[in-house]
Amino acid sequence: MATDVRRAARPASAGVEPEVAEQFEDLEQQHETYELGMWLFLATEVLFFGGLFAGYSAYRIVFHAGFLEGSRHTDVTLGTINTAVLLTSSLTMALAVHSARAGKRKLLAGLLTVTLLLGAAFMVIKGVEYYGEYREGLVPWLGFRFPGPLAGGVDLFFVFYFFMTGLHAIHLTIGIVIVGVIAALARKGRFLREDSTTVEMVGLYWHFIDIVWVFLYPLLYLLSRNGGAP
Amino acid sequence: MNESRSRISGAVAALSGVLTGFLGGLMLRSPVRQPELEPEPTEAPQELAVVRPKREPKNYLNEDYSLRSWLTTTDHKRIAILYMVTITLFFVVGGLAATIIRLNLLRPEGALVRPATYNKLFTLHGVIMVWFFLIPSIPTVLGNFILPMMLGARDLAFPRLNLASYYLFLFGGIFTGTAMLVGGVDTGWTFYTPYSSHFSNSNVTLTAAGVFIAGFSSIFTGLNFIVTTHKMRAPGLTWFRLPIFVWSNYATSIILVLATPVLALTLSALAIERIFRIGIFDPALGGDPVLFQHLFWFYSHPAVYIMILPGMGVVSEIIPCFARKRIFSYKFVAFASMAIAILGFLVWGHHMFVAGQSMYASMVFSILSFLVAIPSAIKVFNWTATLYKGSISFDTPMLYALGFIGLFTIGGLTGLFLASLAVDVSVHDTYFVIAHFHYIMVGGMVMAYLGGMHYWWPKISGRMYPEFWGKVAAITVFIGFNLTFFPQFILGRLGMPRRYHAYPAEFQILNEASTLGASILAVGYGLPLVYLVASLWTGRRAPANPWGATGLEWQTASPPPKHNFDRIPVVTTGPYEYSSEQAERETEAPDQQGGLDRPVKATAGPLRRSPAGEEGGESEEGRHGD
Amino acid sequence: MNRTRESALVPFAVYIALIVLLLITWGAAYVNLGPWNNVVALAVAVTKGLLILLFFMELRVSRKATWLAAAAGFVWLGILLVLSGSDYITRGVLHIAGK
Repeated sequence: MATDVRRAARPASAGVEPEVAEQFEDLEQQHETYELGMWLFLATEVLFFGGLFAGYSAYRIVFHAGFLEGSRHTDVTLGTINTAVLLTSSLTMALAVHSARAGKRKLLAGLLTVTLLLGAAFMVIKGVEYYGEYREGLVPWLGFRFPGPLAGGVDLFFVFYFFMTGLHAIHLTIGIVIVGVIAALARKGRFLREDSTTVEMVGLYWHFIDIVWVFLYPLLYLLSRNGGAP
Repeated sequence: MNESRSRISGAVAALSGVLTGFLGGLMLRSPVRQPELEPEPTEAPQELAVVRPKREPKNYLNEDYSLRSWLTTTDHKRIAILYMVTITLFFVVGGLAATIIRLNLLRPEGALVRPATYNKLFTLHGVIMVWFFLIPSIPTVLGNFILPMMLGARDLAFPRLNLASYYLFLFGGIFTGTAMLVGGVDTGWTFYTPYSSHFSNSNVTLTAAGVFIAGFSSIFTGLNFIVTTHKMRAPGLTWFRLPIFVWSNYATSIILVLATPVLALTLSALAIERIFRIGIFDPALGGDPVLFQHLFWFYSHPAVYIMILPGMGVVSEIIPCFARKRIFSYKFVAFASMAIAILGFLVWGHHMFVAGQSMYASMVFSILSFLVAIPSAIKVFNWTATLYKGSISFDTPMLYALGFIGLFTIGGLTGLFLASLAVDVSVHDTYFVIAHFHYIMVGGMVMAYLGGMHYWWPKISGRMYPEFWGKVAAITVFIGFNLTFFPQFILGRLGMPRRYHAYPAEFQILNEASTLGASILAVGYGLPLVYLVASLWTGRRAPANPWGATGLEWQTASPPPKHNFDRIPVVTTGPYEYSSEQAERETEAPDQQGGLDRPVKATAGPLRRSPAGEEGGESEEGRHGD
Repeated sequence: MNRTRESALVPFAVYIALIVLLLITWGAAYVNLGPWNNVVALAVAVTKGLLILLFFMELRVSRKATWLAAAAGFVWLGILLVLSGSDYITRGVLHIAGK
């Protein structure tokens, strides 16, 4: 049986009609299937990061003072800016999905590019932070030095800091690459109107990365900024 | 130590030769030796015998013989075959390790290997059997093959993801297998810290990496099954018309999707701790080794339900068929599957009663562990009630299914002993635990796997297996199994610890009995390997529905065409529509005239075909279900 | 098939809400609220997460099965956190070594 390609109604603007894979009856079933598949994948990611949240929670109870002290040594300014950067990238991504559905090729490509750049900006700022932490001797494997009795707790805090933000950064990098690829394809006219599924799925992934950061930010940057013991 | 390594390697090489031959046989040889009169079952049901020219019908096996078509296939049936061969290979490797272990335990001082080697052997046995045989087995072989057909679909939702799952599994397996055979790992399959993170000098990181990779195979398979079940059911196939096998695989897939990522994270953390010498779990650096156990068992306890739920699904298909009776209280069985999956996530702490977990948490986990036994018990009661006043025939699949019920029950009940805090203190880490989980995994799961393989073998291969040898093997397995593992309950209560290469002399006679049982068990496993492969050439051609079973998979030819159904069926009845009139008519046993199909309508529930897209019956949820 | 699910202004409104929440959580960290600092931080994070889920990821208008998948991830994470937390919180309560 040859590949069964159903043609969606040809849109007014030029574009490639979406293909329907042969195990599906129609485009709607294909879209719903991909959507459910992507959400399930994101559920697995929640649990993947979740293990780290569990470890973090356990040690925050056991090493309460050390965690507070460690959090004070993160760069809250850069962290807050980064949060804003990532939230903005989610905005541009959501607008990109809207423009894909509306068939606006240039807007789509532009918004995807902006999303990509914002993601890259996040990575740059993160790199600056990491370097600063390295200089201060806060990287657990690379010359960690911290005077005083809380060193053990601070060490463990930064183990989780680097593990969690590092894992997040890996996911973000993958997202940046994927967004770059679809931005290039979008420039050529793909993903418009009925074909917008791919952009929507990438968007879901991107927003998820944002959500992870939304939770990492207070847990890592905002402990004990007010001098009192919470 | 190197000698036993190379012995294993040599045996593995020989057996992979056999299995390559099997795969080659499947791929290269048409299963049909002489073209026969073959009625086309997907025509109108009233036509029983169609005289056709001498040419076998196209099916998924003979569609394309090239190696490339096999290695790049996205056909769920071919992927199932690939998995089948691969996990058989892993089963043999794991079984060889068990053989050496049992031979070593013939003498109290350890008869065969040094302690360091022994540690590597039980680790290899555990890692391979858990992650590369039990967890994949039924879902990736029988689930992949049968599930889409049961749903009336042409394939899974994501066929290319399915192929990717297979290659991740294969690659992970080769990676892990190499790590374990070249140098080995001695931490036990549970990788407890700080031994695994700090003190062990073995290939822990490599093995963890291999399992990590294979974990993604699990996740993608589970994801595929869930989406397929939601979105690709045939018209009229509502949730409560689904066979229990689908419910079981769905429940299994929920666990696969939600539990495996935590394992992935745990192994990553372990690897990072080992490589960078930072203390997440290391007490010397302030870490908590019990945290590792929490994270590890959060996955690994649900993992045992990954292993057993599909087996329960297979039994739920076999029992109604060979008792000619619909399953007792279908909804309870379906909901029990879901309950096992969900409750199974709440009990992991029962592995940690003596590890330093707080008393209160232990009490909570203990109570929850008692609760999780209830849905399993419901299933056992319902299978038994299905048998009551049924018209029972003791074909090979039924023997395996009956064995499952008995042995799983024993294993499950002994789990309750382990769930009791006070009892667990005295039997933790003894052979009692080993006997408990082998009763469930081997007495339960492996028997269900074999039962399912025999039950669906005609569908998969187009051939009947020899019924006499099937029964001989089933009985041999049952006897061998009980002789191997029942003494281990006694040994555990007497205090013999697990994972020891030597033991006090008074335990010898029971250990010898166990080893004798293991050799009988090995014969029982070897028999199907031989006769199933042989049946590809010498077995009788199988009709579309040799057992007179219900279910959409039996409404298409054996072996099925590549796209499963010429026309997507429309479902108008529930599953398991066996009736007493049919029971009388079912005197025609499968070993009569092969090749002639029974009238489709008479043996299975009324199932009409209509052009794709036409909606039959009611479907409230929307066109493609939800 | 309804593709244009919501007006294009909604993302902007949500975005403004998110930034406001960010400023709130950042500012609140500098005020000593005792144990309420944790509560505020988590509440804001959950609210932001929900806004992204419901609006940017369009969970509000998604099908039932999608809802279930989304919920399952977080519920299961909850199980992991609560039950393992129950161990850490109750250690030492009995004043028996190792329990």
